[in-house]
Amino acid sequence: MGRSYSRDCADGRFLGGEVLSLRTPLGRVLGTGSAKDGTAHFVAQRVSAIALLLLGSWFLYSMYTIDGMAYLEVIRFVSVPRNTVLLSLLCVTAAYHSSLGVQVVIEDYVHANGVRIFSLIASRFAHVFLAISSVYAVLQIGLTT
Amino acid sequence: MSNSGRPLSPHLSVYRWPITMTLSILNRITGVALSLGLIVLAIWLTQAAAGPEQYQYIRATMGSPLGKLMLIGWTFAFFVHLGNGIRHLVWDMGLGFEIRQANASAWAVLILATALTAAFWAVKF
Repeated sequence: MGRSYSRDCADGRFLGGEVLSLRTPLGRVLGTGSAKDGTAHFVAQRVSAIALLLLGSWFLYSMYTIDGMAYLEVIRFVSVPRNTVLLSLLCVTAAYHSSLGVQVVIEDYVHANGVRIFSLIASRFAHVFLAISSVYAVLQIGLTT
Repeated sequence: MSNSGRPLSPHLSVYRWPITMTLSILNRITGVALSLGLIVLAIWLTQAAAGPEQYQYIRATMGSPLGKLMLIGWTFAFFVHLGNGIRHLVWDMGLGFEIRQANASAWAVLILATALTAAFWAVKF
C-alpha cells in the first residue's frame, strides 16, 4: 500500500497522474477483485436471513404445537392454506439461504479448482432439487386433502 | 517483559480462547448442520405426501433414539444460528462491537439457545 502500481484505476479508467491502487498486479491480471460480485451475495444472505427469522420461528413454533411424528396431524397442519403457503415459502427461502452459505463454505475450504467448481455446481443443483421437491410435496398435500 | 503488566496476547502459550470465536465457529457449523437438516425436512414432507404407509419409515427413523437426538441437535442448531443471525444483523447496523457487548451477546445466544431447546423438548417428552 502507498505504492503506485499503475496510472489506471482498479476499474480500468485512466485518470492521469499517479493514481494509487490497492490491487496487486497479480490480482489485476486474474481479474478477480474482492468486489467482483460479493455485495449482491452479502445482501441476499441478509435479506433471506430476515425472512427466515420470521418463517423459521413460525415453523419451530408450529412444530412445538403439533406432533410432527403423527401422520394425520402433519397432513391436517400442511393442508391449512396459510400453512401451505408459509411452508412453501420456508422451503424455498431456507434452500436459498443454505445455498448461499454452503457456497461460501466450499469457497473457503475447497482449493483445488476442479473439485471446487464441481462442488459449487453440485451444491447449487442439490439445493434447487431440495426446494422443488419440498414445495411439490407441500402443494400435493395442500391441494389433495 | 515480565513485570510490565502489558497484555502479551496473542501469544501461543498465554492465548485465551475468546467466547466470540466459539460463536463464530458455531455459526458456521450450525449452518452446515441446518443445511443437512433441509434434506430431512424434504424427506419428511415428501414421505407425508406419499401416504401413511411411506410415512411410517421416516417416523420410525426420526422417532428412534438416534433420530430424536438428531432432532434435538437440529433444534439447538436452529436457535444458535437464529440468535447469532440476529447478532450479525445488529453488527451490520454498526452496533454492539465493543468487546464487552460482543462477549455478552455471545453468552446470551448460547444460554438462550440452550434454554429454548430445553423448553421445546420439555413438552415432547
